[in-house]
Amino acid sequence: MPLIELTGIERVFQLGDSEVHALAQLDLAIDAGEYVAVMGPSGSGKSTLLNLLGLLDRPDAGVYRLENRDVTTLSPEEQARVRSRRIGFVFQSFHLVPRLTAAENIALPMTLAGIPPRQRAERVGRALQDFGLEHRADHRPDQLSGGQRQRVAIARATIMEPALLLADEPTGNLDRHTGDEVVHLLEELNGRGVTLVVVTHDPALGARAKRQLVMEDGRLKQDSSTRV
Amino acid sequence: MRTADILRFARDAALGTPLRTSLSVLAMSIGVAAVVVLTALGDGARRYVVGQFASLGTNLVIVLPGKTGTGGFNPATAITSTPRDLTVDDAAALLRAPAVKRLAPLAVGTSELSFGGKLREGMVAGSTSQLLEVRNFELAQGQFLPDEDWNRGSPVVVIGAKIREEIFGATPAIGQLVRVGDRRVRVVGVLKSAGTGLGMDTDQLIIVPVALAHALFNSNTLFRILVEAKSREAIPEARDQVLSILKSRHQGEEDVTVITQDAVLATFDKLLGALTLGVAGIAAISLAVAGILVMNVMLVAVTQRTGEIGLLKALGATGRTIRLAFLAEAAMLSAVGAGVGYLLGHLAAFGIRLAFPVFPAYPPDWAVIAGLGTALSTGLVFGVLPARRAARMDPVQALMKH
Repeated sequence: MPLIELTGIERVFQLGDSEVHALAQLDLAIDAGEYVAVMGPSGSGKSTLLNLLGLLDRPDAGVYRLENRDVTTLSPEEQARVRSRRIGFVFQSFHLVPRLTAAENIALPMTLAGIPPRQRAERVGRALQDFGLEHRADHRPDQLSGGQRQRVAIARATIMEPALLLADEPTGNLDRHTGDEVVHLLEELNGRGVTLVVVTHDPALGARAKRQLVMEDGRLKQDSSTRV
Repeated sequence: MRTADILRFARDAALGTPLRTSLSVLAMSIGVAAVVVLTALGDGARRYVVGQFASLGTNLVIVLPGKTGTGGFNPATAITSTPRDLTVDDAAALLRAPAVKRLAPLAVGTSELSFGGKLREGMVAGSTSQLLEVRNFELAQGQFLPDEDWNRGSPVVVIGAKIREEIFGATPAIGQLVRVGDRRVRVVGVLKSAGTGLGMDTDQLIIVPVALAHALFNSNTLFRILVEAKSREAIPEARDQVLSILKSRHQGEEDVTVITQDAVLATFDKLLGALTLGVAGIAAISLAVAGILVMNVMLVAVTQRTGEIGLLKALGATGRTIRLAFLAEAAMLSAVGAGVGYLLGHLAAFGIRLAFPVFPAYPPDWAVIAGLGTALSTGLVFGVLPARRAARMDPVQALMKH
């Protein structure tokens, strides 16, 4: 049974007089535990697809089933709840809250979900250890290196133990070495059963994934799993 | 999101922009402080005036010679146009009025008091022994004027605290012979220091028996008759009785004015109460301005933190959570501003009291409560719009702004 099931997804943006089909007649299924890279040129609809999968955006047509549940018809508040429990985001520019410490940034999804402080502290402590950030707990983002920042961001994305991890160019702002570290970290999480969807320009990063999706003009141009 | 977490989040967010936060707190605190200080001044003025009147005596009815006002044609006024003077006999006649408890005639003039080479000019009040009770005077030393026939005029004097200090200094004043005008009189009492009472500085007063004052000034008229009614309720009755007795004594002509202390007091109380209310209203405008400023600050905060709002949404924050976080921040700004303003206002009122000890500059409770309430509610009301704007933000657009 697939974790994600998209059928006939359409997303149209109005740019002046013309309509831009960011996503057109998209059908896609991703199983739980898969490692998928989404590639393609700028404007091909990669980011729109990722936002849609993350319930940040709504399709104009079509059905999105997450864990066998139609999530397109949910109210914004219900979607927020699904995002909170089932989906984790990793961004290219990390998106850490500058005034919060590393530990507080990691705890943020739990804070927003209303998890009691004691449980939060316990889980943050474990995450800091898992991601090698024990000595950086009280540092603010501007006191951390790029690699450390992205590790904090990944710890934050996984603290709620989501089923789906969405990464938008996770190595885009990092040098090769730290980028590799971050990729290994994500792959390790995937190895533990988290479904990983990575959007990237980088062919080397894309090639590491077990399944590659190539997009062009809002359509799926190539899917490595069907080609085989 | 838990309430404690929302509050902590809002606090951290506010502290993240110290300058902007402190400026809006300052604006709010100036508004609240203005309400506190201005109402303290207004209410202080009211209390001061009311206190001054009350210190004149209780249940007082004051009789003045002459009548102001326009009357119809009266055969009496056709013959004599000048009002009759008030005399000691008039005053004595008023004692017959059943609603009158006691009274004191008052003749006033200026004269010198000299002793041991020192000479001091002062206001001389000629009266009787009852003036002590009627005017609520208190004695520091000795006794007041003797209870005697009003026409006798024993050669005695009671002096104010300041006169005693300046003329006698450290030497005892009681029993000394001094000269008032061309009379030699003996000091029998010294008044307790009480400050000014409606232009009459009791500390500089020279009180002699009324007959002596008349002899000094070579006249037989009274400046005032101070009448004390039996009770508060008896004041209007006393007023009517006084008027009718004097009218019959003055050949049916109503040529005196009777003021009741109550009426004057109520008028001033109302007048200055309205003044305080008006001043509070003006100060409240500054509170509204501060509220709008808080809204502005919050709108800027929402715009500046667009990326953060997008992130919070991506991390699973509901619209409600974001709305609450921004509302809490606005409420915090105005609450802290209100608190600081409250302290500032009280500090300023304290400063005023320190600088002018006679002026009771205490802000009234209603003004303080209204000021704080207005500050908090404007902060919240003006916080709603930015909070809603934040909650409605499209997360995809918001995230791109980071």
